[in-house]
Amino acid sequence: MVDKKKKSDTPMVDELLDGPWPSFVKDLKGLAKKKPQVGQLLGQLNQSYEDRWNYWQGTVLNVDGYGGGVIARYSELAEKYPDIAQFHTIRVIPPAGWVYSTKSLRDLCDIWEKHGAGIMQLHGMTGDILLLGSDNTTTFEAAEELFEHGWDLGGSGGALRTLACCVGEARCETACYDTMKTTTELTNRYISQLHRPEFPYKYKFKLSGCANDCAASMQRSDMPIIGTWKDDIQVDQKAVADFIKKHGEDFVVDNVLTRCPTKCISLKKKKIVIDNENCVRCMHCINVMHNALRPGKERGVTILIGGKRTLKIGDTMGLQLVPFMPLKTEEDYQKLYDLVEKIWEFWGENAMDHERVGEFINRVGLGTFLEGIGIQPDPRMIKAPRTTPYIKFEEIAPAKFGGEAEDDPPVRNEEVEAMEKV
Amino acid sequence: MAEQKKKGPRDNGAPDYKKNLHPLMAKNYGQWVSHEKLKPGVLVHIAESGDKLYTVRAGSPRTMSVDTVRKICDIADKYCQGHVRFTSRANVEFLLGKKKDIEPLIKEVHEILGFPVGGTGHSVSNVLHTQGWLHCNLPGTDAAGSVKALMDTLIREFETDDDLPARVKISASCCQINCGGQADIAINLQHHHPPKIKPEGVGICELPKVVAICPVAAIRPRQKDDGQMTLEVVDEKCMYCGACHGQCPTMEIRDAKTDTLSIWIGGKTASTRNGPAFMKLALWGLPNNAPRWPEVAEAVHTILKAYKATAKPYERIGEWVERISWKKFFELTGFPFTKYHIDDSEMARSTFNTSAQVRF
Repeated sequence: MVDKKKKSDTPMVDELLDGPWPSFVKDLKGLAKKKPQVGQLLGQLNQSYEDRWNYWQGTVLNVDGYGGGVIARYSELAEKYPDIAQFHTIRVIPPAGWVYSTKSLRDLCDIWEKHGAGIMQLHGMTGDILLLGSDNTTTFEAAEELFEHGWDLGGSGGALRTLACCVGEARCETACYDTMKTTTELTNRYISQLHRPEFPYKYKFKLSGCANDCAASMQRSDMPIIGTWKDDIQVDQKAVADFIKKHGEDFVVDNVLTRCPTKCISLKKKKIVIDNENCVRCMHCINVMHNALRPGKERGVTILIGGKRTLKIGDTMGLQLVPFMPLKTEEDYQKLYDLVEKIWEFWGENAMDHERVGEFINRVGLGTFLEGIGIQPDPRMIKAPRTTPYIKFEEIAPAKFGGEAEDDPPVRNEEVEAMEKV
Repeated sequence: MAEQKKKGPRDNGAPDYKKNLHPLMAKNYGQWVSHEKLKPGVLVHIAESGDKLYTVRAGSPRTMSVDTVRKICDIADKYCQGHVRFTSRANVEFLLGKKKDIEPLIKEVHEILGFPVGGTGHSVSNVLHTQGWLHCNLPGTDAAGSVKALMDTLIREFETDDDLPARVKISASCCQINCGGQADIAINLQHHHPPKIKPEGVGICELPKVVAICPVAAIRPRQKDDGQMTLEVVDEKCMYCGACHGQCPTMEIRDAKTDTLSIWIGGKTASTRNGPAFMKLALWGLPNNAPRWPEVAEAVHTILKAYKATAKPYERIGEWVERISWKKFFELTGFPFTKYHIDDSEMARSTFNTSAQVRF
């Protein structure tokens, strides 16, 4: 075993061949037998392990008519590893919810074995299918064949990014809207914005069918769209009784009632009673007692804005922009499109270069942003009103209750006179 | 640059999801009423029609050869009517219509793919990560390798679904862009000094963009004696985030000698209970120790051990620490609490204990 390792070109990455978790090194070594560039990739990775240093340079390579979708990489060790001198990634839009027919997957495999290094990642953190290992010629050949087979490139740079969603109504009883359909509709409607960067910076949608947020939309997307319901939680008291019989009353008290964030759920004579007005649709009780409790029937989405990862202002969660919107009819969808387009217009006109919409809202203020996109302030957008007293009023005096703002209020006049005397 | 035939955009859009759905998914779309956990990694979803769809979840290494993907397809053709799903955490989900196929399928997943089955319920699921040294232009560490090494030590936690108080999601990030995302436990890279400018390379960058991208205005243009423009970094202002490095590769933020890894805990995406939460610094200064990063695994296991021992059911790691206090967390883990754990950003004051409430 020791002798064998001595002979290997990649002794450090070979340390990852064994162990119970599946080894990408083992897989790629197998692939290297027919794709020599993969062996060189592992060689460079081994060099990185030894030196604790990275050897890729990044740049841009565009397929005709596209402003993104190819992540170009050039090796700094091309003299030693000439076959990976150019070693690019192609991002491909997956079917919504990442459910595939094997026919689709095999098609991708065939295209990528023919034109690329044969390395796939399912999936990238953007949700794209990632095809690793093409050069400045094969990238275009692969793209052409992908297009012919109905596939399309994903987003990169200051563009709409490839959308991602949870499995939704295809396999989940808590999905409150059709995440797969909405993902596909948004992708196809805005495919031009996805392919040709025209925004200040990236814009991501992620779609989750309920507040469990399996698509991690809250902190991974500029516009989380999360399923919810407006009416009462559906309670099946017979199933509640079964649950209590199986787990005991204490379990319900400890793990359901006391974990409710607004304490709106109680147990009375072994029946679940919910104060629905104070329910915040957090999903916890439904998660624990999913046979007894279900989301209500009047379903739709909560739309948030401004989530993103760390750079540059630190992590931001999405903030609640639209508390509830049904998403069933074509008219409903049109309202969503109108909102999206208003945001893109206002952000696009006023944001600085490289400024995500969440950063933009931080800079201009949520109030200004709401005015810019024509949405009325709603107390559900905030946790609490401001605590700082320094308010930059635009009116000379506040509006009276139910009346108009006064143009020339006496209070201000007195102050002005006093100042003039000084 | 190779010639490309000008054909223009095709703009095909997203593949039709309906054509990719398992027949039972298509038939019962929007009509699911319940689900049950049958055993670790195995779920059954029940539709209003009475149909049952079984799911076997397996952990994948995410980076796969086309041959491995074809093997996944072979198994899905044999047992799943030719349909398979991937989760956001790079798990493979085999979808079955027949209960009797579950065990033969699991056997093939183990024997042919070598993938473990699990990642459901209260388990440690697959680790979110990006490219690292395998294919990124900015990383200070690897991702695929460090995740493989870590998951080797967490296989038992992946393969069980009732060993932990709640689900544990882990992520790994190779630079301060932190692509891995919020997680119950996150492994992040930390830089320990401002970027060192490679003067010969500045000319290739758009200097105003590099100046503008700095979140703390620590970069300014400077004219050299020969009249050429270059950049300089105000060390006192710089917070070592590396935003400039993404904009301009000559703003070299990485340092093989001084970069370290840190562990952050308590991130949560779901709006369940008290809502989403950001993760907080638990431990810094771990060595970037390829190829197996044993110090990282040790720290993760220390956290998991304390969590298993003292958390209540359904308490995610962040909720657990919130209840028992950070004082107790540092006691239980033995991690040192240092001045670097105290926030010094704009958010800092909201993280201080501004009350007389105290624990002993």
